[in-house]
Amino acid sequence: MSEYLCIKGGRIIDPANDRDEVADLYVKGDKIVGALSESELKEASIVDATGKIVCPGFVDLHTHLREPGDTSKETIGSGTMAAAAGGFTTVVCMPNTKPPADNAGTIQLILDAIERTAVINVLPTGCLTAEREGEKLAPIGSLEKAGVVAVTDGGHCIQNTEIMRRAVEYATMFDLPIFDHCEDASLTDGCVMHEGEWSLKLGLRGMPRAAEDIMVARNAILAEQTGARMHLQHIASASALDVIRWSQKRIEEKQGARLTAEVTPHHLAFTHEHLAGYDTHFKVVPPLRTEDDRQALINGLLDGTIECIATAHAPHTEIQKDHEFDYAPFGMNGLETAFSVCYDVLVKAGHASLNQLIGWMTYKPAAIINRPKGTLSEGSSADFTLIDLEATWEVTEEGFRSLSHNSPWLGQTLPAQVTRTYYRGELVYSLS
Amino acid sequence: MTKPTPWKRKHLTGIEHLEPGELETIFETAESFKATLTRSNKKLPSLRGSTIVNLFMEPSTRTRIAFEIAATRLSADVITVSGNASSLVKGESLRDTAMNIQALNADMIIIRHSAAGSAKYLSEIIDIPVVNAGDGAHEHPTQALLDAFTMREHLGKDLRGKKVTILGDILFSRVARSNIWALTKLGVDLTLAGPSTLVPKEFEKFGVKVSHKLKPALADADAVMLLRIQHERQTSTHFPSLGEYTSMFGLNQLRAGYLKPDAIIMHPGPINRGVELDSKLADSGRSVILEQVTNGIAIRMAVLYLCGSYKDQKKGKA
Ligand SMILES: [Zn+2]
Ligand SMILES: [Zn+2]
Repeated sequence: MSEYLCIKGGRIIDPANDRDEVADLYVKGDKIVGALSESELKEASIVDATGKIVCPGFVDLHTHLREPGDTSKETIGSGTMAAAAGGFTTVVCMPNTKPPADNAGTIQLILDAIERTAVINVLPTGCLTAEREGEKLAPIGSLEKAGVVAVTDGGHCIQNTEIMRRAVEYATMFDLPIFDHCEDASLTDGCVMHEGEWSLKLGLRGMPRAAEDIMVARNAILAEQTGARMHLQHIASASALDVIRWSQKRIEEKQGARLTAEVTPHHLAFTHEHLAGYDTHFKVVPPLRTEDDRQALINGLLDGTIECIATAHAPHTEIQKDHEFDYAPFGMNGLETAFSVCYDVLVKAGHASLNQLIGWMTYKPAAIINRPKGTLSEGSSADFTLIDLEATWEVTEEGFRSLSHNSPWLGQTLPAQVTRTYYRGELVYSLS
Repeated sequence: MTKPTPWKRKHLTGIEHLEPGELETIFETAESFKATLTRSNKKLPSLRGSTIVNLFMEPSTRTRIAFEIAATRLSADVITVSGNASSLVKGESLRDTAMNIQALNADMIIIRHSAAGSAKYLSEIIDIPVVNAGDGAHEHPTQALLDAFTMREHLGKDLRGKKVTILGDILFSRVARSNIWALTKLGVDLTLAGPSTLVPKEFEKFGVKVSHKLKPALADADAVMLLRIQHERQTSTHFPSLGEYTSMFGLNQLRAGYLKPDAIIMHPGPINRGVELDSKLADSGRSVILEQVTNGIAIRMAVLYLCGSYKDQKKGKA
């Protein structure tokens, strides 16, 4: 392999630098460079990108890689291959592993596995509380030293507000963002979907928006009062967005830290109506809500209340999902379909521009964890993705790199296809 | 009144997707079966030679026995598998249990399960007809059919414009849901009543009225259907106590006075005497509770017969 790479004639879109032009992209070693010398160019491998989009590799702030502990669902190896196939070059993995990532030793174990098996950049998070039980602070300082980029109880919302307050307060010492899954568990006990017309019809127990809104409000208030960098995961409720707006304004006035939020492709694509057939692929938390919520989420992205898109990639084996609705686990696969789905529901549907979408999936999430990723700036890591917007592809089980196939898009045809993904100048995914 | 339409379904997993004409078909079939119930020889040969498995993953003595009797009257062999007693289902998934039953050459499965959607899930796994005997808080189609059948006998075959009130725990009730679908399809003016925690306003989206005040809810009703009230784990946060419920929503002599004079009182059983229903009212001439039980046999015979004949059609074609 040559040390030099020339991606020729693609449409380069780099929203971080406001760049959108047909041009060549140059790579020297593992870095993006502005140009190659004539002799370097002679040596360079040339990739014809005519008709393709060339954009920074996507950044996902919310990936469950399941290793250690649940390697029948996913491993760091399979999960990063799935990510690469989806055009991602950086993923932030959640700490709800077995054992949970609540100590420096487990973080080291994860980092070792990343070193050995990951094909892209994986940044671990550490727990906020010991065992993710929400009762006792995790050694957040040691976790930071071990290399986590954020702290979160990953999928579990701390119910005790005193513990949450102290965790948030303590984490600010290390300038670590706090990620939270906002859910008042006393309102969702035994619930499996959004509370509304469809839960009544299907006879399934419904989670009210209030369960999300209340915790969003609590977290926003704690963020404002402690100056913590709070990031609210997978927001799904229209009213939660109003709470976030209100709080962001207050925080801005105080010039304190930012309050950010993410939205998933599935909350942008689906509503509770999709549960009509009791298909467990649609069983996620927070649940798929109403069309009004879905529209509000799109508007939240457009007006900046929601900072970025995150997949909440939550692999589960087929055996686990193949059950009565009540008994199946929450979560769906997301890495491989994320861009196509968002392109479909945001860009093709006429809500947003391609450049906006790429921004929500690249430098914007990277900024939340304060990493110089998701850009094609000169000197940055040569992490980029080639996309064929004209292509369509069918989502099939065989097509998945992920060990799990719990995707509601199975059997569907999606627009726009990632054709190549490069990480540090190396080809880590190529559509064959 | 709608005309009966030919039965083309393999499964009966709920009422929601049935056409009004299909309901009439079931009623007509049940009427002819009901006429045979009082004969000395009650057996009909309709399902002779077929094996029906009564898969009760959640206990219910009444419904199970009613289905057993209905199947026996049609000369089918019935095997009941109870979720908590059988080794067949111990630690085994519903899929595997179903596959086993099918491998044992059963011709039909009747399923009762605590999880909503499980009857539909089962129907997607196996090749033989599935009859839903209650899935979580979703549907209990044969109960709604027997309820409507009983109303037809008392209020006239055309139920359009009749005022019916269902009173009690609607939120967790599959009986209520199936009745909402059945009765609205038949043109009934339906009101759901009970405490706001158990009767959410959102039910109005299904074409019914919701009321938390008993007087207007019961005024001039042709029938009132009570649901069993339980104050257990599931509902303990939904209302303060059984005593409070009875004082606010229990049907007593005074409140029964709001009904039309010849209105009927219904209950799917088992009754909590003195909780949702005054004991004397339960035994009064207005109560049709035991008729409902008897009609349950005819309705279930009709459902088993109709879903069973689907299988014959298929065999005939092959
Ligand atoms: Zn979550
Ligand atoms: Zn998650």
